[in-house]
Amino acid sequence: MYMFSNQDFVPLYQDFENFYTRNLYMRIRDNWNRPICSVPGPQFDLMERVTDDFNWTFRFTGRTIKDVINMGSYNYLGFAETEANALKTVADVLQNYGTGVCSTRQEMGNLDKHVELENLVAQFLDVEAAMVFGMGFATNSMNIPSLVGKGCLILSDELNHTSLVLGARLSGATIRIFKHNNMQSLEKLLRDAVAYGQPRSRRAWKKILILVEGIYSMEGSIVRLPEIVALKKRYKAYLYLDEAHSIGAVGPTGRGVVEYFGMNPEDVDVLMGTFTKSFGAAGGYIAGKKELVDFLRTHSHSAIYATSMCPPVAEQIIRAMKCVMGLDGTTQGLQRVHQLGENTRYFRRRLHEMGFIVYGNDDSPVVPLLLYMPGKIGAFARHMLTKNIGVVVVGFPATPIAESRARFCVSAAHTREMLDTVLNALDELGDFLQLKYSRHSRSSRPEL
Amino acid sequence: FPQVRLHVKDYLYWLYYQYLLITCCYVLEPWEQSMFHTIFITVFAMVVYTAYVFIPIHIHLLFIVQLNQT
Repeated sequence: MYMFSNQDFVPLYQDFENFYTRNLYMRIRDNWNRPICSVPGPQFDLMERVTDDFNWTFRFTGRTIKDVINMGSYNYLGFAETEANALKTVADVLQNYGTGVCSTRQEMGNLDKHVELENLVAQFLDVEAAMVFGMGFATNSMNIPSLVGKGCLILSDELNHTSLVLGARLSGATIRIFKHNNMQSLEKLLRDAVAYGQPRSRRAWKKILILVEGIYSMEGSIVRLPEIVALKKRYKAYLYLDEAHSIGAVGPTGRGVVEYFGMNPEDVDVLMGTFTKSFGAAGGYIAGKKELVDFLRTHSHSAIYATSMCPPVAEQIIRAMKCVMGLDGTTQGLQRVHQLGENTRYFRRRLHEMGFIVYGNDDSPVVPLLLYMPGKIGAFARHMLTKNIGVVVVGFPATPIAESRARFCVSAAHTREMLDTVLNALDELGDFLQLKYSRHSRSSRPEL
Repeated sequence: FPQVRLHVKDYLYWLYYQYLLITCCYVLEPWEQSMFHTIFITVFAMVVYTAYVFIPIHIHLLFIVQLNQT
């Protein structure tokens, strides 16, 4: 990692982070990178892994732990499934097109599947045009440099994802950070930018781009879209909305935060999202006006140099999106969206009643449960695994060091029984590890 | 009463486990834990000894000063 330190990549490790890595992360790292050997649906199988020398090396015992309840995969609508007749079209496309594309989008890699998918995405989001890329991280980091450059200003939220930060730094524009979801901080930055212009020459900024996410994956908070759009219109800035976690997961019909707030998709200049989370595939898209998408087709690094999306993955997204939109003739998509909403609300309400501190908006399916003590990270994850529940725990550097958390991702494929199993296990573990930090008074008869 | 004994032992073990979690000793290897326990108990013993020796004298002097002023 040291060789990247003087280039414009986001440094993955710095001094204190190295110290933390050697002394804390190595001792509890058996809770991450656990190998999975089945589809990451609501339940999955894990390979059993033991260590003889305190996590410096691992070895596999050869056994698998079966039917572990999956509370960590981004499987919001439950499309990570292996049912044969659900994947029939994907199998047909695999027979016809094979797996590899062997070319970039601009050379020989532009398949009719890509065109079909882009039209479908544009119809789904109610915008003029869309473009799809093979990898979600690369969509952000390779397209922001082609939209802004030197002489432009980027206003980015404090807790933006690494892909947005990397894209912003690669572009060469000036970056200013506003406090998380704080509209006063953003307005102050906008006023200063418009009034004072560029730092030394005092000329006007060429472009001002606001980078926000739909749902922030470590907090579970939803962006305040109406206020940001009002600010953007007043100060004539552009808005880039990264809906990686929110597309398919919020909104009455699963169209994302724009529908959740009942706003017009034309107000957001660049709508970006990924297909990894709710659609059970891989890749990302950028959608908006036709001129924007045509510009990106010729000027984006990802379009010119990166291999395009492979056809079976594109077909999986097509069938998942048609299911959500109802174009396959059933109401299964809408049922999944409603089931996700119900599961989210139930899970959050029960956690709140039990006395845990949970961050985020009540409608977001990302549920971070605060553990606070770094020592409890390892204890929590290991105890949950002995109870056959797989969770994702997060510590430094993704979160502040004293605010470590366990992040649950509720899925539409979870049944009520699975959620109850998890909630009972959390109740026991909360008492055993003293995790019920909430000072709100608990009702003595919560079942009423 | 063996049931009561088990309850007390379990409770004491649970308290020890909480101490390990809060001071983050839970993640340390056994030899590192012994080292930390030695240092911690030494510091704690010194604090207790200092309190035992000095706090009564300070309170006594405080009362003398107050009585002299009145």
